[in-house]
This record gives sequence, C-alpha cells and structure tokens, in this order.
Amino acid sequence: MFDHAKKNKALAVIGGLILTAVVAVPVMAQRDPAYEAARSSGVIGEKPDGYLGYVTSPSPAIKALVEDINIKRKAAYTRKAQETNSTVEQFAFTSGCNLIVRTVPGEKYQTPSGTWNTRDSSAPVRDSRCP
Amino acid sequence: MAMYQTRQLTEQAYDAIRLKMRSLTTAGLIFGTLTGFSACVQVSAPDKPIVINLNINIKQEVVYRLDGDAKSLINEEADIF
Repeated sequence: MFDHAKKNKALAVIGGLILTAVVAVPVMAQRDPAYEAARSSGVIGEKPDGYLGYVTSPSPAIKALVEDINIKRKAAYTRKAQETNSTVEQFAFTSGCNLIVRTVPGEKYQTPSGTWNTRDSSAPVRDSRCP
Repeated sequence: MAMYQTRQLTEQAYDAIRLKMRSLTTAGLIFGTLTGFSACVQVSAPDKPIVINLNINIKQEVVYRLDGDAKSLINEEADIF
C-alpha cells in the first residue's frame, strides 16, 4: 500500500517536471528582437556549418550579437556532440542543415558554394549530405 | 695571296661543318617531332571546377543519425537559433 503511494508520488513528480519543461521552454526561449531584426533584414544569415554569418559588413553591434550567439551555439553543439558521441563539427553541420530549412522567406542562407541566397517559398540549396 | 688562300680553305671547312650540323639539326628536329607526336598523351583541362571537399569527415550516415538530436536542440534553445 505504501509502495503504491510512493510510486504514484514519483509518477506525479515526473509528470510535473515534464509539464514544466514543455510549458516553460517555449516561453523562455525567444529570439532577441535585435537578432530577429538582423535576420529578417538580411544583414546576417545561416551558414551550412551551423553558425551565423555576415551577408554584408556588420556594424559593431551586429558583430557582437553574432559572436555571442555563435559562442553559445558552439557550447550547445559541444554538449550535444558529447551526448551523441560525435564531433562538434558533425553536430554543428547537422544543425546547419536544419537551420537552413527553418529559414523563412526573406531571410538569408549560404549555399554550399558560398553564395548568399534569399530564402523564398522553394526548398533551399543545401549540401547533398543533408537529410 | 697565300694568306687569302688559307682563309678560303678555312671558310670551306667551316662551311662543310655548318652544312653537316644543319642537316643533323634538321634530322634531330624531324625525329623529335615524330617521337613527340607518337608518344604524346593528350590531356585536356576539365570543364568543371575542381572542388576539394574539406568536410570529408562528415558522412551522410552520421548526419542522419544526429538529425533528431539537432532538431530537439534547436527547439530547446530557440533563443540562439
């Protein structure tokens, strides 16, 4: 009987944690308005290697913003690479494949040949290894 | 007079040597050209640019394996992606 109660309690705690994670994350994680503006104006764009790049020569503010995000991205890639037993470059590249797909029309992305394209409604030009 | 004759003889000898050298050069040139043509390997420049792929260590199968984890990371940390 006690075991049963214990089990229920544990389940409730786990359920609560999952609920918190699901509800809290989308609220917490939002793009900085300056970052969002730089993306939509086409000053910066997504590169195939999983990091942000400059489409035009950046202002000091944009440069600082991109460097900060790229450092955070690298930290995230490094953590995930360890978890998945892969290299940082491999995980970053896979993320790059996804990030280019997720660009919305008007945003910039870099093709494998190095040119910057503006995303439109058609599929983006990506590396042949992208899923 | 003797001086003139000597000079003429020398000139004749030189002419003979020159003629011989010329024919040897011509023969050499013909021989060289012929062997050159027969042993020539035609190499044409490729019409496509040569691309050296530095990302050779990233294999498609790895990308496919990591795809799910990459997607969840992008969703988890949406502020930096």
